[in-house]
Amino acid sequence: MTDSSSPVDGASIEAPSAGRPGGRVSSGFGRYLLKHVGGAAVSLLLVLFSSFFIFRLIAGDPIDQLTKERPVSPEQRAAMRAELGLDQPLWQQFIDYITGTLTMDLGESFQYRRPIFDLIVERLPATLLLSGTGMVLAVLLGFWIGTRSGWKQGSRYDKGHVATGLLLYSAPTFWLGMIVILVFARYMGLFPVNGMRSPSTPPDFWSQSVDIGYHLVLPVLTYTAVVYAGYLMIMRSSILDEIGSDYLTTARAKGLRDDEVRDKHAVPNALLPTVTLVFLALGSVVNGSIVTEAVFSWPGLGRLFVQSIFYPDRPVLQALFVLFSSSTILAVLCAEILYWFIDPRIRRS
Amino acid sequence: MTLLEFKDLHVTYTGSRGRIPAVRGVDLKVEAGRTIGIAGESGCGKSTLAMAVLRLLPKTAEVSGQILLNGEDLLQMGWGRLRAVRWTGASIVFQGAMHSLNAVHRIGRQVAEPILLHEKTTPAAAAKRAEALLERVGLPASRMRSYPHELSGGQRQRVMIAMALACDPELIIADEATTALDVMVQAQVLQLISGLVTERGVGLVMISHDLSVLSSVCDEAAVMYAGRVVEQGPAHEVFANARHPYSAALGAAFPVIGDPAARKRPGGLAGDPPDPVRLPDGCSFRPRCAVAVEHCAEESPLLLPVPIRGSASVAAGGTARSSACFVAQEGEPVVVGR
Amino acid sequence: MTTTTPVSPRALLWARRRQSLARSWAAYRSQRTGMIGLVLLGTIVILAVCAPILIDESALSVTQATGGRMAPPSAEYPLGTDEVGRSVLALTLWGARLSLIIGLTATLVAILIGTTVGVTSGHLGGWYGWIALRVSDWFMVLPSLVVAIALLAVLGRSMSTTILVIAMVSWSGTTRLVRAQTLTVQSRPYLERARALGAGHWHQMTKHILPNVLPLVLASATLLVPSAILMESSLAWLGLGDPSVVSWGSILNRASSNGAVSAHAWWYLLPPGLAILLVVLAFMMCGRALEAVFNPRLRGEQG
Repeated sequence: MTDSSSPVDGASIEAPSAGRPGGRVSSGFGRYLLKHVGGAAVSLLLVLFSSFFIFRLIAGDPIDQLTKERPVSPEQRAAMRAELGLDQPLWQQFIDYITGTLTMDLGESFQYRRPIFDLIVERLPATLLLSGTGMVLAVLLGFWIGTRSGWKQGSRYDKGHVATGLLLYSAPTFWLGMIVILVFARYMGLFPVNGMRSPSTPPDFWSQSVDIGYHLVLPVLTYTAVVYAGYLMIMRSSILDEIGSDYLTTARAKGLRDDEVRDKHAVPNALLPTVTLVFLALGSVVNGSIVTEAVFSWPGLGRLFVQSIFYPDRPVLQALFVLFSSSTILAVLCAEILYWFIDPRIRRS
Repeated sequence: MTLLEFKDLHVTYTGSRGRIPAVRGVDLKVEAGRTIGIAGESGCGKSTLAMAVLRLLPKTAEVSGQILLNGEDLLQMGWGRLRAVRWTGASIVFQGAMHSLNAVHRIGRQVAEPILLHEKTTPAAAAKRAEALLERVGLPASRMRSYPHELSGGQRQRVMIAMALACDPELIIADEATTALDVMVQAQVLQLISGLVTERGVGLVMISHDLSVLSSVCDEAAVMYAGRVVEQGPAHEVFANARHPYSAALGAAFPVIGDPAARKRPGGLAGDPPDPVRLPDGCSFRPRCAVAVEHCAEESPLLLPVPIRGSASVAAGGTARSSACFVAQEGEPVVVGR
Repeated sequence: MTTTTPVSPRALLWARRRQSLARSWAAYRSQRTGMIGLVLLGTIVILAVCAPILIDESALSVTQATGGRMAPPSAEYPLGTDEVGRSVLALTLWGARLSLIIGLTATLVAILIGTTVGVTSGHLGGWYGWIALRVSDWFMVLPSLVVAIALLAVLGRSMSTTILVIAMVSWSGTTRLVRAQTLTVQSRPYLERARALGAGHWHQMTKHILPNVLPLVLASATLLVPSAILMESSLAWLGLGDPSVVSWGSILNRASSNGAVSAHAWWYLLPPGLAILLVVLAFMMCGRALEAVFNPRLRGEQG
């Protein structure tokens, strides 16, 4: 089995090529790294190509869009075309596009008339705050429950949590968000309805932080509720894979308590394959954050993406498309690199 | 006082196929400082017997009877007391140490773990003791920081032995401890075990399907078939001069290297072990037995003392000979042509 | 010696298939969650199909709406009304048709693409196989909603573009599975014999590989439909669906853009979302049960 080793779903991660002598790890790693970084580079190039394809070729002439509000003379149109580089041959445009992207010159937003790079930098912290917090909570919650669920497979705890997770996973994120807002913000008035800040907050760091935290609760709640189930199932199945193992019998024979056997022996073994899977699930994290930001009007990149749809602010859409896609590709690369360090320890025996 | 005693032990598994009896009434005694080997094919219940001692059987197993360790019934103990007794009163050397050791913990940590669990000591002191244990089994102290997959099969088995000694137990159970090893390594490990047993005066229960291994290490042997003990006596005698057709076949299956007659003796036994859910009437060995008589189909023989033809009297060895075979109990030969 | 009427190989084949189908059904039936899912799904499908009989289509017309603006449930309007006075019950019921149609069609297209790529990639191998696999992996990594939004933003909003776009982001999931199964089937002796007898690629793929791959594809499809429905609803809610049709996502889109949340119009928000939840749940339950039929190890998990 010598074909592609790009691990895309957990079940198909293939171990690094066999035949490595025991002690000489570094050269093997070098080759492994090169292979996967190369693969990621190709994927990234493909992303750039497809974004060019989608937003320039399919989308058509942007000049019409830019000038839809005001009448322009043919000379002005020609000037605009030259300015945007649209008078160049297609392949030249593509090269310019790639070089531009690689140098962080992402163009200007139609809507805001500002460099897209600046827009991204402004909104990135908000997205990281929401997605980061949500993901951390979802991972912690999912792993905690998943461990105990898998350990006591078939128990009421297990069945209950799997059912709950399945239920929440089946709910559309945006709908859950709306319901959460309805109940907690509108009916109960406990939390703000949307946004990240209230304008009336005093400007000092502490008040600002509390205000943001206050606004963070409902979005994170929604986000975590939908996402945690996936991590739960991953961890649960990893623990289930460990359950019949002999080393657990040894641990029990030594006199450890059941929870000690689980936490000190089973979990570390189960955690190893799970960690890489977390990286591979980044795609759904991105999807979830876009919808959550839209529902809660959270001023992040996801909301920017959605807002740009209807203008349509093509440069922004294009830049964010590349950004989001690249992040998932890099996440997969991280998973592959991590896997090198994790896998040989277990499998090489 | 007897170190370990099984009293009318029954173990039944309940599964999708119904109730499967794995151990059907075993009585056995192990004295301190003595070694007893338990032999039999897979499925005869010997591993179940071993796991039952420390109550390591799955929840689907029903256990009845008594297992007395220094007079205390292990089956009746509360969990707290049981956990305290585990590894300190009796420990187990498992087979296939690749999977019996935790792949992500270092060796030193795994050997020191029971010490830290059962005694009030510092990690540093426990590590020192672990190091000493490893050295006693012939592994250099550098192995403390290795992971299981970095060791060979024989080295891992030595680690298992070192680990089993960590809390100075009075009883060690070796469950197929040398089965997965090649012959040379097996010999080394057996020698190590014998030495340790003599040195520390522990009781040893050695489980194997290889009678020749048992005869070289153990004082006494018990042969199990279909969940029962079918023969018992001094190990060497059970091996060389079996008083049950099954033990004879088991012994013959492993020819002694260097014995010219062994090459000509037909080894092996026809047929398969009986399905525990559908045991034959009478003696469970009857379908595969070459010397069965009519009585064997009617009644299941009990384990009773048997007279031994032409060998030293019982008094000389000190251990009684018993066999669950009507033919043997009559004093007749259990093997055709002998 | 008795003589028996020769049975044709075709008849034998079909008899075998019927038997294995009966076995699979028995295995499926033994699982409680699978049966619940099936019943739930059946109910919803029946309701969707019978929608025209139950509630006249005119109830969806904006101009003929007679209810009050976002009125709470009453005898006349059991689930209240939307912002133009239409019955939410009518909307939800009719919305089922479209949500299901789009979900099922998109899944079908995705399965078609995925299976074709998977089988050809596994069977033909070589350069093509390698590239096909890499492309499929690449598709799988990309965040689906991002790609869907990007494509819809440039392709325009209509039912066909929605179906196409959802299929585009979903097909790659099936490919690896199908390819693995194809490789397994490839190595079996009867395929070698078929080749020796002169069977061409097309024959091998359709007569031998495909029948063995289809059960797996079915199980995977059952899990693909719910994600397609979820995606459609998200896209519609974002405003990227076909504006002229009523789907659950589009109902919620109108609800949120007309301030249903601030108006505390829970009757407007709850039914469409719950409907999505129930359909997705039903498919997931059936899907898990189906997975267990093909992977006996999982069977103990279900009720």
